Parts: sequence; structure tokens; C-alpha cells
Amino acid sequence: MIGIIDYGMGNLHSVSKALERLGLAYFIAEEPEKLIKADGLILPGVGSFRDAMSILREKRQDGFIQSWSNDGRPLLGICLGMQLLFEGSEENGDAEGLHILPGYVRRFNGRTQEGSTYKVPHMGWNKLHYNQPDHTILNGTESGHVYFVHSYAVETSSKDVLIATSDYHQEVPAITGKGLTIGMQFHPEKSGELGLNLLRNFGELVNERGQKNGEF
Amino acid sequence: MVTKRIIPCLDVKEGRVVKGIQFVELRDAGDPVELAAFYDEQGADELVFLDISASHEGRKTMVEVVREVAGTLAIPFTVGGGINTLDDMKGILRAGADKVSLNTAAVVNPSLITEGADYFGTQCMVVAIDAKYDEELGSWRVYTHGGRTPTEWEVTEWAKEATSRGAGEILLTSMDKDGAKDGFDLELTKRVNEVVTVPVIASGGAGAKEHFVDVFEDTGADAALAASIFHYKETSVEEVKAYLRQKGVNVR
Repeated sequence: MIGIIDYGMGNLHSVSKALERLGLAYFIAEEPEKLIKADGLILPGVGSFRDAMSILREKRQDGFIQSWSNDGRPLLGICLGMQLLFEGSEENGDAEGLHILPGYVRRFNGRTQEGSTYKVPHMGWNKLHYNQPDHTILNGTESGHVYFVHSYAVETSSKDVLIATSDYHQEVPAITGKGLTIGMQFHPEKSGELGLNLLRNFGELVNERGQKNGEF
Repeated sequence: MVTKRIIPCLDVKEGRVVKGIQFVELRDAGDPVELAAFYDEQGADELVFLDISASHEGRKTMVEVVREVAGTLAIPFTVGGGINTLDDMKGILRAGADKVSLNTAAVVNPSLITEGADYFGTQCMVVAIDAKYDEELGSWRVYTHGGRTPTEWEVTEWAKEATSRGAGEILLTSMDKDGAKDGFDLELTKRVNEVVTVPVIASGGAGAKEHFVDVFEDTGADAALAASIFHYKETSVEEVKAYLRQKGVNVR
């Protein structure tokens, strides 16, 4: 069973609709006491990094999510939800993140090295490049286009957390992760077949986990 | 790099899709949920629904349509028409739309753009602009109320104002070209694209697949929107994208 973390910052509806289409069982909750019963968690998110972190702290979800990830349980951060997994962001002045993955979130420059301007946000369909084609989350998929909407992107020197990237005037971390903690910068629930298949793969990770729990 | 988007637009009245030719003549072209799935399958990158029903009942129907579409569609979609308050936006976005588009309401009350952007983020806020060339002005004038009411705004000035207030995207319709099917208004699109840093969707005038190549090659537009040529199967999204690909335009 997947638990979707409700902290008032996400489009819970489209994520949950996508899970329904895939036949993946889920529930939505905000209390750690309820979320802990899940086999895997989804951290959605649209909006400001700083606001999101202060709500997570207020609802005591931040420490819960950190220890969930530390215990090696499946966690998927989507869009802002992925950015929150990193150390911090320069959005609205610097703000601390969850420190689960190494890297920092910075605004797209809006200007190339050659001095020409480009549009921010990075909005629309862009192609994924698979840095770790054998990663479980990419199982059975072929690289294609997915739907992005974001003005800030992760910068990291740890190449090992880059599972897939995209190109928008710079290398854009698109799928990141360590262990069973996965982040997707784009919206898998809005990315056609490929997006649904990536969500399905996460669902399978969660199901495997659920079966293990059943054995205990 | 990010691909150029092809966006079919569905005008919805009392739950049914219609298309205004030059904003007057209406023809029924089908069921919104079915059409949405059809366009998704054809490779549409996004959809826009414009609610043109004037009644309160019609608008409630639209929220239902949005909910149904959101349950079946795996690509983003925008809803516009009849959105005048933050509550209207909440209703549509919570029913599952990805973006709302403001037209007349944004001109009448520009702070509405900011309210929406503060609440949902600029990525949810599209400002739709209907523009018509004005000899006296020597440029394009912004119209509201479905193209019936001229405003004081020159189009590039309004586009800049709208984005500074939080518009995350501009949906630009040429009233001169709308329904004429002889191509997008390249000059207008280029002018607006030059003054804003957010994506611009060109609209009005698509009559053949070649027109899409022109608008992407000549104006810097990020997306192109069309209705009747897709609804009446004069060409298909698939065909347009294959043609763009052949011409070296980056599409999905």
C-alpha cells in the first residue's frame, strides 16, 4: 500500500488518479502515525521550497521522512517533492532541505554562457537520458519524453545519485536517488505512457517491500 | 531540449465541444472526454478546454467535465473561460486541471493573476490574450469579452504586465487570423514572444500543417494551439508532428 503524504502543497488528485489507473492501492494522510503503516511513500509537491519545508516541520513530517528513508523504505519525491530530498534551496532566500540526497537546488540562470537569454520555467516535454540504464526504477522502459514544469533545478557533484538527466541549457537531474529513495523532477502522472510505467515500477518496489513485511 | 508543443483546443459549451468560427458560428464537434482521450493517443502534448457556457449551470458542468477528463488523461490540460475568482480557480484546479487560463478577468482585475500565482504557483497561471491589429495604435490592441470589447492595452504592454503579475504562460490569439485558416499571425506572435520570458502559445489561423512549421521557425513560440482543423480531421496531430519532425523541428 502506498501512502501519499498530504501537507497541502501538492496536486494529490492527479497523482492519486494515476495510481488508480495503474491499479496501485494507496491512501492519503498527513499524520506520521498513519503514514508509517504504508509500504512506500510518495511526497508530491508544487509551490515554494521554503513554505513546503516549514509545513513539513510543523506537521512533524520532516524527521519522519528522514528516518523512513534511512531505514531503506521506498520513498518517491515528485517535482518539488524531489527537490526537498536535497540539502537546501536558494528559492526565496536559502532554505534547509531534508538532507537525504547530496546536492543543492538553484534557479535556472536564464542566460547561456554565450550571453543569450532563455525561458524559465523549464516547461514542457523533454527527453530523458538514462545515466543508470540498469536501475530498477527504469525497468522495462525506453528513454523518451516526460513533462517538466520547474524554475529551480538540483545541482550535485555526486554523479551516483543521477539516475536519469535531461538537457535544458544545463544538465537537469530528472530522476535521482539513493537506495530506495527516488526523486522525479518531472511529473510522471502527466507524462503519458512512460510516466505511468515509471510510477508502476515504483509501485512494484513498494509491493516487494509489502510482501517482505508480510513475511515478518 | 524541450520540444515544441501541439495543443488541440476544445471549446466546451454545456458539456459539449463546439468551435467558434471568427467567434460567431458554432458547430457541435463532440464529447470532451472522448475527444481528450483521442488527442492524447494521437500525441497531443497538452490540451486546452475553454468553457464558453455563460450560465452558472454550464460552469458547474465544466467542473464535472474536468473531473472526468482528469481521471483518464495522462497529459497536462488547461481550463479557461468563466474563471473570475480565486474560488473558481480552486474549483477547477482541485477537480484535476493543471493550469487555469484567465482572459477578461485578468484585464478587469489584474491582481487576480497574482492571487492565483501566490496560491498555486505561476506554473498554474495562463493569461489568454485576444489581440487585433489597430491602425490607429500602429500595433495590436487587446480585446476582452470574447473579442467584443476593446481595451486600452497594447498587446506587448499587457503581456509584460501580465507576466510581471505572475502569469506563467501566455496564450496569444490573433483575432485577425482566427478562423481564417491562412496561418498564424507570425508578426504578432514574434513581438509578444520577444518581450516575455515565459512560454508563448500561438493561436488563431492554423489551416494546414505547414503553418505550424512557420510559427515555430519564425516566431520563437513554444507551442501552437488549434481547434477546428483537428476536430474536423482536416489534418491530425500525428500528421502535424511527423511533418514538423521532417522539417527539423524538435517534437515529442
